[in-house]
Amino acid sequence: MTTPVPPALEVRNVSLSFKGVKAISDLSFKVEAREICALIGPNGAGKSSLLNILNGVYVPDSGEIIFEGEHFRRMEPLEAARRGIGRGFQNNALFSGMSVVDNVITGLSRHSRLTLVEEMFRLPRARNEERRFRERAQAVLHLFGLDRHAATIVGTLPYGVQKKVELARAIVAEPRLVLLDEPLAGMNAAEKQEIAAVVARLNKELQLTIVLIEHDIGIVLELAHHVVVLDYGRKLADGPPETIRDNPDVIAAYLGSERAEIAA
Amino acid sequence: MSMFLETLIGGLLAGTMYSLVAIGFVLIYKASGVFNYAQGSILLFAALTFVSLTGQGVPAFGAIAITIALLVLMAIAIEKLLLRPLTNRSPMTLFMATLGLSYLVEAVAQGIMGSQVRALDLGIDDLPIFVGDIMISQFDLIAAGVALALGIGLSLLFNRTRIGIQLRGVADDTRAALSLGIDINRIWQIVWAVAGIVGLVAGLLWGARQGVQFSLSLVVLKALPVLIIGGFTSIAGAIVGGLVVGAGESLAETYLGPLVGGGITPWFAYALALLFLFIRPAGLFGERQIERV
Repeated sequence: MTTPVPPALEVRNVSLSFKGVKAISDLSFKVEAREICALIGPNGAGKSSLLNILNGVYVPDSGEIIFEGEHFRRMEPLEAARRGIGRGFQNNALFSGMSVVDNVITGLSRHSRLTLVEEMFRLPRARNEERRFRERAQAVLHLFGLDRHAATIVGTLPYGVQKKVELARAIVAEPRLVLLDEPLAGMNAAEKQEIAAVVARLNKELQLTIVLIEHDIGIVLELAHHVVVLDYGRKLADGPPETIRDNPDVIAAYLGSERAEIAA
Repeated sequence: MSMFLETLIGGLLAGTMYSLVAIGFVLIYKASGVFNYAQGSILLFAALTFVSLTGQGVPAFGAIAITIALLVLMAIAIEKLLLRPLTNRSPMTLFMATLGLSYLVEAVAQGIMGSQVRALDLGIDDLPIFVGDIMISQFDLIAAGVALALGIGLSLLFNRTRIGIQLRGVADDTRAALSLGIDINRIWQIVWAVAGIVGLVAGLLWGARQGVQFSLSLVVLKALPVLIIGGFTSIAGAIVGGLVVGAGESLAETYLGPLVGGGITPWFAYALALLFLFIRPAGLFGERQIERV
């Protein structure tokens, strides 16, 4: 990160409420290009809601999103995907009846350049694109060490493997920004380390900008370059992991016991 | 024995006609998660349009092309005016909307094209042919061929092409599909258009059989047991379900009919469906639990 690049993403004065209950209040922060930015905070702090705003599922009451220099009052989900915002979901949102490779191929939808007629009748261009997509999906599965599961129906795989498939699907289209909602949730320590290593590699090798939500503070402090702490929809702290660890507000509101654990 | 075979084959062939109607429902149920009550009206609209056009002297191929064009326009309008505003509403709301849609389509179709019964001649001779000493209706045979070809074509479309993969994605998790850049609105338009075209084929075959008139829209009622037996989400299920209902009806009428004084056909399919609801509520090929409506 030597060349100065403008921030990949900026959230500016964003507020969101559900039926009068504030979920996010006047939140602003920046995500630099090619960094891993972790959103942490207790349940109900507004983390998932924020991701949903970033990829257009929710419409903020006010504020704006600036993605790669363009200002948006709101994102449309389709628009977000087409501009290269990838997304992984809490508890997975894989297409459970489809094979692993088909799941990953759906991740390439935004790159399709086919007309309806070409697709319906599988004209040469359609066959060609299908072949390229399949090869690309296979390559990404290889990156994740999932080759042998390619033809397996996703719903039959263990949770940890599914999580990797979801990650593969989220990044196969070479997104500019990936939003991951608790990619490590529900895993054992070894699996967590493995996925964290994959995320770090994606960030380094593919130069992906990543915004992720994670509860495991130990891993967050290792993995992230930048941490934003939310509490009741407000920003409590924002900075590199070192300063977050030592921020008294954060310790008081959130880290508390976990910090003691890390120190121990 | 030959009587049994004749009854069975006749029933199976007639069953493919039910399958044809059921396939239209399956497509839309898969993509939009709604039981499309208007499928029967769309079927009527398609057949009525075809008959009206040929009645005006338009050649059959031209009439089919124009009808398909209208069905595609209708699919786009339905997606934009009905499905899109109701995104994220409950399946019940969507179902009620299709109920309204069915009245609208029927009223417009009959308002413009009239409500008298019209004959539809597809130029297929309904002369029986004999295989050994088994009599088979030529019309039924052709209808069955059409239904099977359509079923296979659609299965290939939805299992082999990327439209199909996307459709299954939308059916499985709409939110995730959107986040991957799958254009749900486009998928809906495609599926409703394809369901309309399936309705046209079904409408032409049923219309040729019983004349084109309002009651044609009621073939929908025959599709319901087929769907319950085959499952709401599978094209193969719709075909098998249709065969089961067709064969069951025909065998029951022949063998049970005399015992109970006949008149079995109108209710047999529903009784069979009820039985299936007890044993296998998701249907033979169904993927998910059917909700209570």
